[in-house]
Amino acid sequence: MIALFIMIPAAAAFMIALAGKMHRRVPQAVSVLATGSLFILSIACIVMMAQASSAGRAPILIFRTGNWLPPAGIPLIIDALSAFMLAVMNLIAVSVAVYSISYVKKYTDTWKFYTLFMLMVSGINGVLLSGDIFNMYVFLEIAAISGYFLVAFGTEAEELEASFKYAVMGSVASIFILLGIAFLYSRTSTLNLAGIASAVSAMDPNEGVLLLISVLFLMGFGLKAALVPFHGWLPYAHSSAPAPISAMLSGVSIKVLGIYALARIFFNVIGMSPAVSGVIIALAVISMLAGSILAFGQTDIKRLFAYSSISQIGYVALGLGIGTPLGIMGALFHLCNHSVFKSLLFLNSGAIERVTGTRDLGRMHAVASEYPVVGYTNLIASSSICGIPPLGGFWSKLIIIFACMQAGRPALAFIAVAVSALTLAYYFKALTPALFGASGLAESRARADLPLSMAGPMLLLAVLSIIGFIMLMPNTANKLLKDASSVLSEGNSYARTVSDTFIPPADTARTPKARGGLK
Amino acid sequence: MITYMLCLVLFLVGLYCVLRKRNLIKIIIGIGIMDYAVNLFLVLIGYRSGGRAPIFSKDQVISNMVDPLPQAMALTAIVIGLSLTLLLVSVAIRIYDRYGTFDITKIDRLKG
Repeated sequence: MIALFIMIPAAAAFMIALAGKMHRRVPQAVSVLATGSLFILSIACIVMMAQASSAGRAPILIFRTGNWLPPAGIPLIIDALSAFMLAVMNLIAVSVAVYSISYVKKYTDTWKFYTLFMLMVSGINGVLLSGDIFNMYVFLEIAAISGYFLVAFGTEAEELEASFKYAVMGSVASIFILLGIAFLYSRTSTLNLAGIASAVSAMDPNEGVLLLISVLFLMGFGLKAALVPFHGWLPYAHSSAPAPISAMLSGVSIKVLGIYALARIFFNVIGMSPAVSGVIIALAVISMLAGSILAFGQTDIKRLFAYSSISQIGYVALGLGIGTPLGIMGALFHLCNHSVFKSLLFLNSGAIERVTGTRDLGRMHAVASEYPVVGYTNLIASSSICGIPPLGGFWSKLIIIFACMQAGRPALAFIAVAVSALTLAYYFKALTPALFGASGLAESRARADLPLSMAGPMLLLAVLSIIGFIMLMPNTANKLLKDASSVLSEGNSYARTVSDTFIPPADTARTPKARGGLK
Repeated sequence: MITYMLCLVLFLVGLYCVLRKRNLIKIIIGIGIMDYAVNLFLVLIGYRSGGRAPIFSKDQVISNMVDPLPQAMALTAIVIGLSLTLLLVSVAIRIYDRYGTFDITKIDRLKG
């Protein structure tokens, strides 16, 4: 059942490639059905894990491909963190699939768009599920290369330039990741994440190889996550991509391929040393400051949102770098919130582009009075990112700030509050004239209207951002967030849980010696 | 030991190409060289001294064999590198149609 997360989008991609040219509704129907079923499946997984943990078993699901035992086999593992992220990311995928129905009408060959989009979804799900480090790399490449193609989809000059620069920087990062995997394999002789974790915990933590591997992974995954020295590709790629793809890239790719992979490897596999958390905190602080300051002068709405993404990912990395359970919980909650808001904002920017015909903030006036759906969803998402109570972003930033104070670093808390104020400043400086300014200055041109398939996902995501604080309600949804963060905060519990819990293969004649062995 | 050093030199040559060359095609070749260096490194770390190739044959007794898993990883990485090169070259061809040049210092319409 776990393999369905990868099989459904891959099968959808191939079906669209074969049958997509027959009728223009075929790729749209297939992709909406596929992403919808993935989202329902991820909710079912969360329910199953809640049942398992309330029944006293460990909340983890393992699928061994081909029934081969590790270290020769590749397991697909859903634990609380993967289930949480699967639900959020597949929700964004459904919204983007529905939104694309009207948006891609301006391109030819729309079936290619849907094929690449479903391949990207299968890559993202694969990274979240993979229990084997090289498998994670392969799915990361699938998602990343689909992303490079999709950024260039419009084949205008600027989109091609952005795609080339993104592809070159991204592939250098992937090569660093592969080099890190090679060093890690050469030292531990296993590719299984749980196996590597147990091998690394038996090593001397000051070994030079571990330092080299940490640096290589920080560089590689840091570029995928757009932490600041490695953020150069993000304003190009996110502003030149088609709007639903910007939403996928900014709301899903940098979270999964960057932050999730970084967190999984550093918390569960290699182990966070004070040096590594110090470096992550430093990168996070620089990201928060640089993203906010660079966002001030932007006139293109999508570039503004792209720099804001850099800043908010800095918040998530700050929470992860602090490493206390409260910090990790705040980081994961902010990651979930930011996916919802930033996707909403990028879908919104596509809607604005459609109804006003421009992306330049200086030329838009009073969008909210003529198109209330667009204007007010934009207001909700921007307020939520700035941290205005009682919207969801306020709670996640509050938890991160509390975690900084609790960890004894008030300077970081002060920086987080200052960056939040800066965020408020540039969002409202940029968006208030565009959304609520005087409408007399608008040029008269033919107004396009907003189709329901574009408005629907935006409304859904706006509603979710308002009720986002439900994740913090004690004893209901709070449990999911706590389980997800405890996977990371008790790092070596991952290896223990995986080796203690498994679904036995079909043959029941198993020797006890072969039962728990992951070496 | 010397082979690892040469592998590192190859990697650095590729990295230099990506960073300093101005022609798009040379940048793509640089990424290819880095890919080859990492694949070579993967195969090198699988080497066991005195081992033979890890090919199964029915009537031979295998005493010492090199590690086959990095070779599988290298094959996968070669395929990934292939699809990446395909993407980069097709984008470069389209860029030439739009911009009329392969020089990356002139392909700069996106403002920072």
